[in-house]
Amino acid sequence: MTQIVLALAIGVLTASGVWLMLRPRTFQVIIGLSLVSYAVNLFIFSMGRLRSGAAAFTSKGAEDPALYADPTPQALVLTAIVISFALTALFLVVLLASRGETGSDHVDGQETPE
Amino acid sequence: MIDTPVPASFLLLVILVLPFLGALIASGLPRHARTAAAVLSWVVALISVGCLAVLWPRFQDGEVLKLTLAWLPSLGVNLTIRLDGLSWVFSALILGIGALVVLYARYYMSPKDPVPRFFSFLLAFMGAMQGVVLSGNLIQLVVFWELTSLFSFLLIGYWHQNASAREGARMALTITATGGVALLVGMILIGRIVGSYELDAVIAARDVILASPMYPVALGLILIGALTKSAQFPFHIWLPRAMAAPTPVSAYLHSATMVKAGVFLLMRFWPVFGETEMWYFVVGGLGLTTLLVGAWCAIFQHDLKGLLAYSTISHLGLICLLLGLGSDLGAIAAIFHTINHATFKASLFMAAGIIDHEAGSRDMRKLSGLIRFMPITATLAMVAAAAMAGVPLLNGFLSKEMFLAEALASTQTSALNQALPVLATLASAFSVLYSLRFIHTTFFGPPPTELDRVPHEPPGWMRRPVEVLVALCLLVGIFPAVTVGPFLRSAAVTMLGFDLPYYSLALWHGFNLPLLLSVIAMAGGIGLYVVFGKALNANPRGGPWGMKRLNGGYLFERSQVMLMDLAQWIIHRLGAHRLQPQLRLIVLTALLSGVVAAAGGFVLTWPEFRVPQAHNLAFAALWLAGGACALAAAWQAKYHRLAAVILMGGAGLASCLTFVWLSAPDLALTQLVVEVVTTVLLLLGLRWLPKRLAEIHVPESEKRRARWRRRLDRGIAIFAGAGVALISWAVMVRPPVEGVSRFFIEKAYEEAGGRNVVNVILVDFRAFDTFGEITVLGVVGLTVLALLRRFRPASDSLSQPMQKRVQDASDRAREGRSEGDTLSDTMLIPGVVMRWLFPFIILLAVHLFLRGHDLPGGGFAAGVALSIAFILQYMASGARWVEERLEIRPIIWIGVGLLIAAISGAVGWVFDQPFLTSYFQYADLPLLGRVPLASAVLFDLGVVVLVVGATVLILVALAHQSLRRARIEEAEAEADAEQKGGAQ
Repeated sequence: MTQIVLALAIGVLTASGVWLMLRPRTFQVIIGLSLVSYAVNLFIFSMGRLRSGAAAFTSKGAEDPALYADPTPQALVLTAIVISFALTALFLVVLLASRGETGSDHVDGQETPE
Repeated sequence: MIDTPVPASFLLLVILVLPFLGALIASGLPRHARTAAAVLSWVVALISVGCLAVLWPRFQDGEVLKLTLAWLPSLGVNLTIRLDGLSWVFSALILGIGALVVLYARYYMSPKDPVPRFFSFLLAFMGAMQGVVLSGNLIQLVVFWELTSLFSFLLIGYWHQNASAREGARMALTITATGGVALLVGMILIGRIVGSYELDAVIAARDVILASPMYPVALGLILIGALTKSAQFPFHIWLPRAMAAPTPVSAYLHSATMVKAGVFLLMRFWPVFGETEMWYFVVGGLGLTTLLVGAWCAIFQHDLKGLLAYSTISHLGLICLLLGLGSDLGAIAAIFHTINHATFKASLFMAAGIIDHEAGSRDMRKLSGLIRFMPITATLAMVAAAAMAGVPLLNGFLSKEMFLAEALASTQTSALNQALPVLATLASAFSVLYSLRFIHTTFFGPPPTELDRVPHEPPGWMRRPVEVLVALCLLVGIFPAVTVGPFLRSAAVTMLGFDLPYYSLALWHGFNLPLLLSVIAMAGGIGLYVVFGKALNANPRGGPWGMKRLNGGYLFERSQVMLMDLAQWIIHRLGAHRLQPQLRLIVLTALLSGVVAAAGGFVLTWPEFRVPQAHNLAFAALWLAGGACALAAAWQAKYHRLAAVILMGGAGLASCLTFVWLSAPDLALTQLVVEVVTTVLLLLGLRWLPKRLAEIHVPESEKRRARWRRRLDRGIAIFAGAGVALISWAVMVRPPVEGVSRFFIEKAYEEAGGRNVVNVILVDFRAFDTFGEITVLGVVGLTVLALLRRFRPASDSLSQPMQKRVQDASDRAREGRSEGDTLSDTMLIPGVVMRWLFPFIILLAVHLFLRGHDLPGGGFAAGVALSIAFILQYMASGARWVEERLEIRPIIWIGVGLLIAAISGAVGWVFDQPFLTSYFQYADLPLLGRVPLASAVLFDLGVVVLVVGATVLILVALAHQSLRRARIEEAEAEADAEQKGGAQ
């Protein structure tokens, strides 16, 4: 059950994000990228399988890994969260620079270029 | 054996390294130091020749000298200098003719040119060529091989002011370097098959190679390398165009040495591949074609150097044909002809250069009767040309005789062999024809009328190299057994082993069939010239009859243009000219590869169905809200940006709660604080985005297309979402696989002294990754700063926001209030709260940081939390208020953070441990209790400091943009005031 809900959640986040990434306004693309990065973070996290109420911290001494939530995807996602912030910041500034330069917030810097 | 006074290995090193050394010195000489550069090169060449001569006695017995220096031992690649009989002969040609060419070039080159550069290239080429023939390792051979292509390129393009030189250089490099790449791949294949790149091992492994299924591919690639270098049909087209090089280069590279590198390679691999079917047809067939095509084209040239170039192609074809036949005698004849061709062709090129130099033209239509003006040069050229034509008493005759004998002696019954005697005779007749035409049109007939100067003999020293070479032609031609015999034998032993077949190096073999063919060729050539000579000399185009359509240069240019067009087309189709199609393409590619991968075997397992429990229902409700937020954000992001930011935050909170739910408190914490700063960031950016356009004018047809585009995108999005959901679900319901996590969990406390495994992974086990990541974060911060420094807001965003204008207007309208009062009133209570939160948030950050090693927290969360403390102050009181009280230098924070992280990592070196090895110890501190004092905590401190720096830098830089207008207004007001003051 939890798996189905989370899988659907990842799907909905991905779909919303991809749809926005394909839109012409830069702001839409930023929001889209953020949504996609939520989805990707949850996806990577889910690769360690879902465990509710498992210990996240070891006590001292020899340990049975089966008792714990998988730390490796968590470590990956933790860095991914920070990096996606950096990405959003960088993209936002590029967006603003492009908007200042061209006067348009279209991703190509001009309306319907064809 | 004669003992040399110095060790042989030293001499080996000298003949390889000295030319490069000379090149290096020559490149440093001043531009006008023509004589100094020539003397230097001359000395280098002579010393090398001397060293080589000292080594000679060893090779009479087929000895092999080897010097191995470890280069890349882990890859089995050594620097092996290897000298045997065959490479001795080639080395002698390279160094000997090199010495003569250097002498010649001293007089040929104009003092106006940067001559030291020329000699530098020439010496470097000499070294590279030595490297090719002295390589005992296949990879090393390819490296030097490519170097010869490179220096050939530089030398052809030496007069880079000429378009033809540039074009010729480009074409030569394109063709020979492409061949070099093929050769490299071929060599690697051979190395893989044999298991060694050492030449000796490869030659000894004939059976292994021939048994391998990869053998035809390897041989094909090696042949492409050899045949492009030796200008064999259809790759021959670069050689005539390389004639734009200065003549010494043509004499040296493009007749005597570099084009022989391909031949050398064929000889080197002859013991392995010779006598195989593929070898016979490719090398023999292309050799024969080249022999005929080259000779045919040579007949029609009007340019002396063009004629010699095509003749060179033809003679190279002859050598390849001899090697392709696969018979031992053919191989010996090939070596012999290589030596002979180098001597007579180099002297002919030099003679052509002298004519060009002293008569001012090398166009055979303008030249005539030069024997009156330069009798000695004319005589020398005539002797050399006679050698080229194969006239008795000259060296060319001997090898041609051997060639004709081989053509007749063929035992195989293929069509190629049946026709060989006829075709060989025909090619010999062509050779007689163009040699005759060369001599007759240039030196005989009436005195020239179209020249702009009176021709004369060159300086004596310029002619000396030609004299030496012509003397060699004669000596070898008359006394072959004494002069060239021992060298030929030693080279042949290298190729064939000591069991040499009988061959006779004598001038006179009696009346036999080869002699008859020779006579027929001679008579035929003369006859053809008598009949067609006039027409040939008048031939307006200067190209061969009947080959108009097969213009290789034209085809080459066409292929280049087609490549460019193809690239243009690809750029047009797939290029990032417009972002939307580009992204669509990327997403579609990802989807397609996902489908392809899934088609390969995608197994779905249904988990046993369980009744939904209460907390599961709560989880579902959470994502009902989260999913709705995401969809609504997607829907509203175009016109309602603020709403979209809030909705996006909702989805973010849902994933944050998911982390809490599913035992990942660290992630939840980090996600929460990052969510806050991301929202602040986006809110800061909103101000600079345009207002909703009242109407974007779109034609009706465009509207329909836009509708379709949206439908397509919706389809893509749904497909992508469904695909990702399916994959994640398929993985989640599977039993977990044990990966590296067991190691991390088991060792976290034992070896790193931490109980929060996630944090220990970040700051200890995988600290180097984290180090990279914080570097990226710092770079992003600096990039944002750099981009914003040049930020020019769009004009319609410059005015104050509507809300502020309304507030200010109402303030102005009311008695007793001044501008900005409403704002400060509104912010009064939140402002006080935020200001007082400052120390508490700092305390929270310190807490998060200190407990991070054992409990949820850690550097990233602490750093972002700390930066929230700072940014809250900006929000509460404005940038000016904060900066009057607090001096924040985020760039310094970034630098210090990186430094701390790096130093904490470098500490490991002090104790002879790898970078970022951590050390830990628990300590009892007053007030704080038991605290882990791992060096990893120091690293984590670096992370905190850097994260604070980068985050604050980004946010503050963005916030400062709002001050822009105020600053501009202030500057204007000041300027106004000054003006007024000045007026009063």
